[in-house]
Amino acid sequence: MLTVRLYMLQRITALLMAPLVLGHLAVMIYAVQGGLSAAEILGRTQGSVAWFLFYGCFVVAVSVHAAIGLRVVVHELMGLKGTLLELFTWATAAGLFLLGGRAVMAVTLS
Amino acid sequence: MSSDADELEVSVWRGDNASGRFEDFRVPAQENQTILDVVSWIQQHRDPTLSYRYACRVGMCGSCAMMVNGVPRWTCRTHVKVALKDNRISIGPLRNLPVIKDLATDMDPFFDKWVAAEGMHHPSRTRDDAIEQINPEDASRQEANKGIECINCSVCYAACDTVAGNDDYLGPAALQRAWTLYNDAKDAGKLNILEAVSGKGGCHNCHSQGGCSHYCPNDLNPMAAIAGLKRASALSFFKGRK
Repeated sequence: MLTVRLYMLQRITALLMAPLVLGHLAVMIYAVQGGLSAAEILGRTQGSVAWFLFYGCFVVAVSVHAAIGLRVVVHELMGLKGTLLELFTWATAAGLFLLGGRAVMAVTLS
Repeated sequence: MSSDADELEVSVWRGDNASGRFEDFRVPAQENQTILDVVSWIQQHRDPTLSYRYACRVGMCGSCAMMVNGVPRWTCRTHVKVALKDNRISIGPLRNLPVIKDLATDMDPFFDKWVAAEGMHHPSRTRDDAIEQINPEDASRQEANKGIECINCSVCYAACDTVAGNDDYLGPAALQRAWTLYNDAKDAGKLNILEAVSGKGGCHNCHSQGGCSHYCPNDLNPMAAIAGLKRASALSFFKGRK
């Protein structure tokens, strides 16, 4: 149920996510160790183009990567195929994108 | 191992694709005895209606594969002592294929997928041209050589969990054949092969679980062949060919 296009998309988004996950973990540890409050964190992220791009890329990569992965799982384990499988894939990607996008907007828009 | 018993307790699948059950038989134990010998003894001495398939009896033709104690094996080359558990053996039709009757499966889906994977020769010359000289030391020839001993027994196809979950998946044998031809200097269909293995049932569906390579009776490595196809198709993807 994976074409070469979906396979490559999943691998490329995985490559993208690897440094982003490490960056995210580093930021979390830094914020916790430094004892930053929520207001102090938002003060640094809101209005920052860099943090918008960092977490924006993360959300796009996660939406694509997870939707393709779950597409394989529901096809092989639950037998979903055809239009329903396409709908599931797109709905998963759109759902994750909306949820993640909303969070990114809230944290980075001033 | 309890093969010293005078008789083996054998459960054999009886039925077709719609329904069936295991039927128990007691079969005289022999010092040298293959699973195929056991099936043949039942058919010859207990139930002549038992359906199964075999031809060469020496591991060449690939027609006698069955599920033995839950795993796929070539029955003509599998000694009873290897498979026996508590003096019992269960013998069933190959997994992942429709059952025609008893132990005989319909191999059409298996061979249809060979064709779908472009597992046929694509000539690069006509009969009027000189025969192309091939260097046996050439890297691509060496890679092609790794897969040419496949006997089409479908053991890898029966072992594959991806085939079990995905009807469209071409399966290890067809993809290994495609990789062999892809590396054959005398085959002119490289792009056709890459296109065939890049679709929705193609090589990218493989989860690299390795059941194919583990159970292949000829010790071939279809999982490595599929990895080769993934690499080749990824390179082709970046070159914008697909």
